[in-house]
Amino acid sequence: MNWPILSVVIWLPILGGIAVMLCGSERAQLGKQLALGVSIITFALSVPLWTGFDASTAAMQFVENLPWIERFGANYALGVDGISMPLVLLTTFLTPFVVVAGWEVIETRPTQYFAAFLILEGLMIGTFAATDALLFYVFWEAMLVPMFIIIGVWGGARRVYATVKFFLYTFLGSVFMLVALIYMYLQAGDYAIASFHELRLTMNEQIFIFLAFLLAFAVKVPMFPVHTWLPDAHVEAPTGGSVILAAILLKMGGYGFVRFSLPITPDASHELAWLMITLSLIAVVYIGFVALVQADMKKLIAYSSIAHMGFVTLGFFVIFAATPASPVNDGARMALQGGMMQMLSHGLISGALFLCVGVLYDRMHSREISAYGGVINTMPKFAALMVLFGLANAGLPGTSGFVGEFFVILGTFQANPWLAFLAATTLILGAAYTLWMIKRVVFGDVANSHVAALTDVGAREFWMLMVLAVAVLIVGVWPAPLVDRMDASIGQLLMHVGQPKL
Amino acid sequence: MDFNYAAAAPEIFLGLAICVVLLVDVFLKDEQRETTYVLAMLALIGTAAVNLYFAVSAEVVTFNGAYVTDPASGVLKMFAYVALGVTFLYSREYLQNNGLLKGEFFVLGLFGLLGIMIMISAHSLLTLYLGLEVLALSQYTLVAFNRDSAASAEAAMKYFVLGAIASGALLYGISLLYGITGTLQLDELAARVGAAEISIPALLALAFIIVGIAFKFGAVPFHMWLPDVYQGAPTPVTLFIGSVPKLASFALVWRVLSEGLGPLHDGGWRDMLIVLCVLSLGLGNLAAIVQTNIKRMLAYSTISHVGFIFMGFIAGTDAGLSAAMFYTFAYVLMAAAAFGMVILLSRRGFEAERLEDFKGLNARSPWFALVMLMIMFSMAGVPPFVGFYAKLVVLAAVLNAGLVWLAAVGVLFAVIGAYYYIRVVWYMYFADATDQTPLAAAADMRIVISANALGLLALGLFPGGLLDLCARVLGG
Repeated sequence: MNWPILSVVIWLPILGGIAVMLCGSERAQLGKQLALGVSIITFALSVPLWTGFDASTAAMQFVENLPWIERFGANYALGVDGISMPLVLLTTFLTPFVVVAGWEVIETRPTQYFAAFLILEGLMIGTFAATDALLFYVFWEAMLVPMFIIIGVWGGARRVYATVKFFLYTFLGSVFMLVALIYMYLQAGDYAIASFHELRLTMNEQIFIFLAFLLAFAVKVPMFPVHTWLPDAHVEAPTGGSVILAAILLKMGGYGFVRFSLPITPDASHELAWLMITLSLIAVVYIGFVALVQADMKKLIAYSSIAHMGFVTLGFFVIFAATPASPVNDGARMALQGGMMQMLSHGLISGALFLCVGVLYDRMHSREISAYGGVINTMPKFAALMVLFGLANAGLPGTSGFVGEFFVILGTFQANPWLAFLAATTLILGAAYTLWMIKRVVFGDVANSHVAALTDVGAREFWMLMVLAVAVLIVGVWPAPLVDRMDASIGQLLMHVGQPKL
Repeated sequence: MDFNYAAAAPEIFLGLAICVVLLVDVFLKDEQRETTYVLAMLALIGTAAVNLYFAVSAEVVTFNGAYVTDPASGVLKMFAYVALGVTFLYSREYLQNNGLLKGEFFVLGLFGLLGIMIMISAHSLLTLYLGLEVLALSQYTLVAFNRDSAASAEAAMKYFVLGAIASGALLYGISLLYGITGTLQLDELAARVGAAEISIPALLALAFIIVGIAFKFGAVPFHMWLPDVYQGAPTPVTLFIGSVPKLASFALVWRVLSEGLGPLHDGGWRDMLIVLCVLSLGLGNLAAIVQTNIKRMLAYSTISHVGFIFMGFIAGTDAGLSAAMFYTFAYVLMAAAAFGMVILLSRRGFEAERLEDFKGLNARSPWFALVMLMIMFSMAGVPPFVGFYAKLVVLAAVLNAGLVWLAAVGVLFAVIGAYYYIRVVWYMYFADATDQTPLAAAADMRIVISANALGLLALGLFPGGLLDLCARVLGG
């Protein structure tokens, strides 16, 4: 590659966002078109990351490296491997949907809305692509600013409470990570993540660093018991905000675990794996039950996200239950792959489900499940798509939701059948809360006059959901290209994890 | 005798320029006060030019060891000129609108600057004290500058009384030190203190000096004057007090503690500063949360920033010192911009000093809401703004000194502090405007405050240059 593809996909949306902002409220239409154009071009430009990706190596690809703050040995260093490349693509793929979803709906200061999302997109890609810890942290924290504004300005009734809670929770989580990063910098002499991987740390240091990371990533994932910001933020955020939050921001936490925690502090990860596995299983089982009783659709999907992300962290840490963790251990490899697949698939499915709720909300201005019933009678096309996403959320084979869960359960089973048994309850619980919601909202007789007056999805909404449905099915039916591209990086990760650093 | 006038050329030039401004001002009519403003600006530019012309590449000590010019002092002074120039520029229209456009404001500001410059270049404790008093007297007078305001008079009185006590404590500490070591010159002081064991009288002297320093910085528990003065003074004066003199406070610690009493770091002022630092972080951040007046909130926020600046000193290394310098620079930029915004929102007969006055700013002026957003997030230490790197370098300094717990305390309070900064953002963006009056600031102010905020962003994206500069001049 001769052109700096990663820099372009990071900075194009950010600069585009600034341009959209400059359009102001007078030229809102132009701003919207510009936003859509920028987001689609960004996606098109990111496609070479997939086509030009060399699946045979675990090394960073599309590497860029410029000196940035020489005093700290911090570089503007970018690169993707099999773990981050799919996440970058997920981000560029989903942002146009967010723009489309807000197209007719956002009435207050639309250009600021779209600008915030474009800037957020660039920052998220930067977080995934940074191979320098300081650069990573800058992107990681900077994301909070647009997200804070998005929830606070365009959110629901309790938006201020939700957004302040979101900001403070995530800020609290990440500052301790900053301390850990500086601590490692003082030992390594620069901020390259690769040099952190090579650091030899004592058990005590590893435990502290692991806990600092845990706080940052657990809040983002979010893991039980620091998940309470998510339902609030989700419920109050505008549709686009919920989509980005569920589909991509939550993945930051999972990504952090595989990029930082596992390779930098393998021994502490091993030592504390019981804690992580326990918290993950609580998320899967307990939060699954919590989701069951929700009366608000967005809250239900939010809790379902927590449960699904519990699967991700389970996959990442169950590898230590199957000792010794090594690249030749099939169970461990499968669990990690499963966690990664689950992240990507959850990005697509939860994004789509939030878009579905958005479609209903735009018509009825209610998220209460009880306000609906028999939607299929008035919105057949929409109902078909929503049922599909619901089934995918429940992990139906043939959809992307199945692949990740199946891999994780298989990997877990090799480690410990009882853990696998608990994890597998998600198949029942997930089906229960998702399908029960679908039943109450979509099926049955027309519940009231408002539902009777609903109009089916227009072309904009239909194609938006249709493309996502196709993506869910493709990943579900034929995950091999994705798995292949991740394989080498996961092998290398396992090698790092398998080598004690003590 | 060793009299190298070139080393003190900027101070000499400024002193003469002030006399000229003062004389010209006497003969001006009230409607011609703009001339004083222009002259004051010219004086600043001239001083900067002289400073650049006589810049030194190595330390020059002169006036029998009472005075020093080195690269670091040159940089600090240049920064002070810029900061004071920006202060004058932000203040002009406000003063005019409120009938306060008097020559004294500019003259006293310039006198304050002269005091700051003397402190920065002090090489003897007496020179330092001289500079301190020049600065302090200008500040007392400036606070009382709006004669008809009872709040200002009260603030000035408090400031003066407490300030006099602090100056007394500092002077007493200096006299004790002189009694112990027989010298006032900083390098000899360091040598003699270092040669002896740490003694009780030396620690006593140190304690008095720390009290003086803590007062000037506004560190807890010597912070009482700060919120009242910030709130009571006319906003342009708050802007002045809140920004430029912080450079002098930095110089005070740098000259006295690092250069003069460096050997007393371990088992001496390090632990004292740790106490002040933790208290300032705690009280500053917690008290700021409950404020409804933005000037008062920023006062408490200053106290918490002081805690962070102290972290750099606590490390006791060159790297720590340059971190503190970087933090001070970043803080001065942020404070100038923040008080500038308060001035920008004010107009004739209306003081935008309540937090509520920022409600709905995004609807009134999206650009200035964005400017304030950048300032607030920078103060909270969120990247990609310069405030983040300021925190980063001081945290790195204390971590390097093995004080992991202090770094943890620091970041914890940074999170608590974030709350009241983002509250301003939420008022601006999420709340509806109670006041629909369009902003009516002059073009020069709009441009400079925009540049000021964008500077926070630019330094946040490319902090390397300023970091290098701080490290180079302080040898870190």
